[in-house]
Amino acid sequence: MSGPLAVVRRLGAMVTDGIWRLGFAARFFGLMLLYSGQSFTRLHLTIREIYFGGVLSLLIIVVSGLFVGMVLGLQGYETLQRFGSGDALGVLVALSLTRELGPVVAGLLFASRAGSAVTAEIGLMKATEQIRAMDMMAVNPIARVVAPRFWGGVISMPLLAAIFTAMGIFGGWLIGVVFIGVDEGAFWSQMQNAVDFRYDVMNGVIKSVVFGVAVSLIAVFEGYDCTPTAEGVSRAITRTVVSSALAILALDFVLTSFMFRGTS
Amino acid sequence: MATLPDNPLVRLQDVRFAYGEREILRGVNLQVRRGQVVAIMGGSGCGKTTLLRLIGGQLRARSGLVEVGGRDVSRMGRSELYALRRRMGMLFQFGALFTDVSVFDNVAFPLREHTDLPPELIRDLVLMKLNAVGLRGADRLDPAELSGGMARRVSLARAVALDPMLVMYDEPFAGLDPISLGVIGQLIRRLNDALGASSILVTHDVHESLEIVDYVYFVSDGRIVAEGTPEDIRGSRDPFVHQFVNAEADGPVPFHYPAPPIAEGFLGRSAT
Repeated sequence: MSGPLAVVRRLGAMVTDGIWRLGFAARFFGLMLLYSGQSFTRLHLTIREIYFGGVLSLLIIVVSGLFVGMVLGLQGYETLQRFGSGDALGVLVALSLTRELGPVVAGLLFASRAGSAVTAEIGLMKATEQIRAMDMMAVNPIARVVAPRFWGGVISMPLLAAIFTAMGIFGGWLIGVVFIGVDEGAFWSQMQNAVDFRYDVMNGVIKSVVFGVAVSLIAVFEGYDCTPTAEGVSRAITRTVVSSALAILALDFVLTSFMFRGTS
Repeated sequence: MATLPDNPLVRLQDVRFAYGEREILRGVNLQVRRGQVVAIMGGSGCGKTTLLRLIGGQLRARSGLVEVGGRDVSRMGRSELYALRRRMGMLFQFGALFTDVSVFDNVAFPLREHTDLPPELIRDLVLMKLNAVGLRGADRLDPAELSGGMARRVSLARAVALDPMLVMYDEPFAGLDPISLGVIGQLIRRLNDALGASSILVTHDVHESLEIVDYVYFVSDGRIVAEGTPEDIRGSRDPFVHQFVNAEADGPVPFHYPAPPIAEGFLGRSAT
């Protein structure tokens, strides 16, 4: 078969493969939820993953948050002062971070730093038959290996987003108040008046939880489903980073369209 | 060897298995009696490891009977299968040790997962198992610090941690130096007899295996093509067994992969 028919055939195969894989991932997700009990009854398994996924990601989150906040401070002040609203810098920095940049950028960093590591670890365990050995020892690998890593990611992600946001606000304050000279009282009081806890902060938290679920699911699934070879693991890591980034951005649009419709 | 009871621990009857359209096993019959060490031999890709996976319940036969301890593995649910696997041990080709924990924790893993024993007792049991494979002094090492032979021995200690009734070995001799090879061979026999277990070895290391096993099955083209005691095998006139035991390059298993005639291949024309 050649020409346009071959193209149509390949396109069709890609679509059916994609749907099949999506169904497989959904079934995997269901099984993982079913076998999640051990992640909470043997909490040390999950805490270990929070350490590896969350605590060890702190450095990149803190530094990135600081720089993003500093850039926001510079760019925001430059724009606001054209309209004589330089004092509203605190509002701009805080709303940008709590609603969007905090969850999204922290999610992207989390996917690159922790998600890829989880995929690599599970993939290598599969390639070296550790997963199969565990299964032969009558220990369910989904309950013992996959679920704790998933829940570790889901718990870590909102905490990392909160730290990213806090560091960003600190960076904005550093540039706006300390270096540019925006009035400190105006910076904080306007922020306090404009940022609503339920509308802004909680919606940001919800976003970060959703991103945590998406990134962690993609990471564990890609690791568990990878071809057990060096090349297969490498491809799985790439897919984790790419799919996580796309999922975060697409989910962000969907969530934003439901949460913030210009009513406030 | 002691007199063995007649009822087999493992029985495969007319077992067929395929990966998709590719048929791997075409009606395999074999049995392993209690206390026996049985070798399954054959060329690479002939379905030996598939047989172990069928016995362990990691794969399901397309048809036929796979029975362990009198129960059909193919019909077991997950909890039944896991209950059965607690009484099985398996040594994987390259050990499959957990690389993020020490040798001690690797051997302790099944004990911690499946028993409520106090840590002091688990410590004693782990050291006993490690002592049995000669590696009590290596308990604090990481798997990355072990040689291939040592890793295989640690894996063996882990496989027998729960005193299984059946131990399965997937290519236990692959890639080992002659000393390690002999050590692993002797350990397999000694541990089997000490535990009163049965063992199945999947291997193509003929000479080492014939020294330690009670019975041998030869697999080729998805079928059992020959079987017997080591003495039977050594004296066999079967062309396949003869080629395998004497490591001959050509015979019933051809040297050349099927190909068009050589003239056609090199000169791009049909041979006349």
